Amino acid sequence: MKFLHKILEKQKPMFEKGGKLEKLYYLFEAGETFMFSPATTAGNKGVQIRDAIDLKRMMMTVVIAMVPCLIWGIFNVGYQHYIAIGEATSFFSIDNLLFGSRWVLPIVLVSYAAGGLIEAVFAVIRKHPINEGFLVTGMLIPLIVPPTLPLWQVALATVFGVVVGKEIFGGTGMNVLNVAMTSRAFLYFAYPLQISGEVWTQMAGEVAVDGYSGATALAVANNVSIQGTQSVVEGLSQANNVLASPFGGDFFSFQNMLIGGIPGSIGETSTLMALIGAVILIATGVGSWKVIVSVFAGALAMGTIFNLAGANEFMLLPAHYHLVLGGLAFGAVFMATDPVSAAQTETGKWIYGVLIGMLTVIIRVLNPAYPEGIMLAVLFMNVFAPLIDFYVVEANKKRRLARAV
Amino acid sequence: MSKTVKLKKGFDINLAGKAEKTIASTPPSETFAIKPTDFIGMKRPKLFVAEGDTVKAGTPVLYDKMQENVMVCSPVSGEVVEVRRGAKRKLLEIRILADKEIEYETFKTYSGSDLHKISREDAQAQMTKGGVWSNLLQRPFGIVANEADTPKSIFISAFDTHPLSADIAFTLKGEEEAFKAGVEVLKKFTSGKVHLNHDLSGEVSTVFANIEGVENNKISGPHPAGNVGIQIHHLDPIGKGEVVWTITPYGVVQIGKLFLKGIYDASRLVAVAGSEVSKPQYFKTYTGAGINKFIDGNLKNDHVRFISGNVLTGERIEKDGYIGFYDNLLSILPEGDHADFLGWIMPRKEVLSFHRAWGLLSFLNGKNKEYALDTNMNGEPRAFVQTGTFEKVTPMDIYPTYLVKAIMAEDFDNMEALGIYEVIEEDLALCEYVDVSKHDIQEIVREGLELIQNG
Repeated sequence: MKFLHKILEKQKPMFEKGGKLEKLYYLFEAGETFMFSPATTAGNKGVQIRDAIDLKRMMMTVVIAMVPCLIWGIFNVGYQHYIAIGEATSFFSIDNLLFGSRWVLPIVLVSYAAGGLIEAVFAVIRKHPINEGFLVTGMLIPLIVPPTLPLWQVALATVFGVVVGKEIFGGTGMNVLNVAMTSRAFLYFAYPLQISGEVWTQMAGEVAVDGYSGATALAVANNVSIQGTQSVVEGLSQANNVLASPFGGDFFSFQNMLIGGIPGSIGETSTLMALIGAVILIATGVGSWKVIVSVFAGALAMGTIFNLAGANEFMLLPAHYHLVLGGLAFGAVFMATDPVSAAQTETGKWIYGVLIGMLTVIIRVLNPAYPEGIMLAVLFMNVFAPLIDFYVVEANKKRRLARAV
Repeated sequence: MSKTVKLKKGFDINLAGKAEKTIASTPPSETFAIKPTDFIGMKRPKLFVAEGDTVKAGTPVLYDKMQENVMVCSPVSGEVVEVRRGAKRKLLEIRILADKEIEYETFKTYSGSDLHKISREDAQAQMTKGGVWSNLLQRPFGIVANEADTPKSIFISAFDTHPLSADIAFTLKGEEEAFKAGVEVLKKFTSGKVHLNHDLSGEVSTVFANIEGVENNKISGPHPAGNVGIQIHHLDPIGKGEVVWTITPYGVVQIGKLFLKGIYDASRLVAVAGSEVSKPQYFKTYTGAGINKFIDGNLKNDHVRFISGNVLTGERIEKDGYIGFYDNLLSILPEGDHADFLGWIMPRKEVLSFHRAWGLLSFLNGKNKEYALDTNMNGEPRAFVQTGTFEKVTPMDIYPTYLVKAIMAEDFDNMEALGIYEVIEEDLALCEYVDVSKHDIQEIVREGLELIQNG
């Protein structure tokens, strides 16, 4: 590998100041540092040794934590397709894998390509290094969109998220909003037809069996509650009961929703896979366990409060159901923990997480127009995170002043 | 009331090549240097000597125009062989070729029992003239103490938790009387207490035992528990407008000797340590020693970095360089200028990390594993992304990230409110080590301190 590094080093002067391609320096830097960790050494004064971590490794850890969700998503896209047309086999079949890959991988590729291009353009124009943060964003976006989303919309949403969510603020580390959630909110409001209703199953032009509905569990819960004739749990158990649950019980049973054999966005259906991701993030210390735990705690608390109020059937839904419905788990693990847009103080993280959990349930239950509460809850709390931190830090300042007297 | 402080936050960096408690028999260094850049805050050093002059140990060599009474004295007797200057004639080094037998300037002597009778004015005059005043540093800012101040307390940390640090008790063996005398003199200067802080887990060595009239506090925890800044924060925190002085035990001993023996005694033990040293041990020498005698035939390979001081706060020096005024340690590390194929994702068990992100497996090695770390940056500078890590290695009620950002934004009010008076570089050095985004935190802290000082 030494000779390869020598070749790269030989090209370097061309990209450095005064070189022919100096404008492309950060592209070269990105490429080179991805192949070889740089040979730079610590400065003359101060710390002479540095920790083995860098931002690339940290971001890759998040990507690795998302892999279970991605793989599950691929199988599930295939599985949902085959049960819809009445040809379902076991969940982990080759057919499911092939069909799922055919529809999921293009979305991943387009997301990375579109976002990567924007990153590169901004790196050249704004003269900042290419940010590894996009490794994560590029994978998050495919996991939170339906498998039927047109590829051009994937590209457009990614571009919007990266430019408006991040680059206009100065790039990774400077953004206020979570980039992937910004992309999804953009899709939700700009192209509602492609991201709500029965878009969660990729039919690939084939016809569904009689009695099949591609609605998500959240949509079913909402409808049951509006009709008000039976409890949400009962309604869920009757919905789609032409289909067998791959993991026992009714199609929308708690256990099937927990494990994730249900329709939904590509990567968010399986609460279990999100929890595996959570274990990876928490064990590596890359994601804040305080945020993850407090989002779940907030959702449970709000669910319980609604149980006590009990004004409609949705309010009466047992609180633990909220944890497996929709994208709450995925959002709690991968969206709320984004260190840049989350609260940055440790006390603030608790408040931030609890409020995301509570808001998610409030939006779900009280506002039927937006069944997926986690998206708006995360974006809303992103905006409020600096305010939370402000008060936590002010309290610290006051402690310091009080001590002096 | 003496107190016990138990700290949890922090991080111990366990490096290979700790100095054995033996003293090398190599011939002593021949040249010594005074580096005005060692004295933080020294703005306009003025020289008393020129090349070719002869000096004694204790002869004033230079002073700072801003603090005209405070003399920096020659550590040895001999001839001034070179005055090195840098760009814009900045004074870099005054090199002195030492005599075989050291001759001393003489100052007034006192007996140990008379010391409590001495007035602050007399003590101050002798200390500033006798070259030992510069051992006193003031907080805030970590600069040489101002004679006009009366600090609310004086802090001495009797242990050093930095990587590869010299064993203070070993380096001061036999200096019991001088240490006691030094403390006696220091008591004259503060309206409050003298705090002597010991390692809770270790035994109190004879040097520091039975010192009367001081607060004997016990501190436990990982590095930076041994830093005076951390200790002050927990025992007698500094608010705006308040001043605390700090001094190393070696500095206290030097003061003691100045009064007991009437000489500026700059002799000291220096530890030479690090993974690249063949025989890491102690050398008997004087302040500002040239390092060439320590490294001749004592290195495993020659692609190394020499650091005056420890690996967290020290300064790189050349192989013909000199140990700094405040340092009792020469750390020698392998130079890390190597590029690694896919180095950002490969598993790494041999490079110590505070983090556990993908592939960082050093936490599996256990606490007793000794690391041979090199100087590689292990990554590229980036904007702040990860949060919460600085707080985990800073055992103070301070938000380092916010403080650092306030400094970067030159926001004076927030710098003050967030605690800039309580820190100097060394207290946040671990933040620089663990930083995912590879900022030069210590440099930023110093910029902030200078802004506040001059603003």
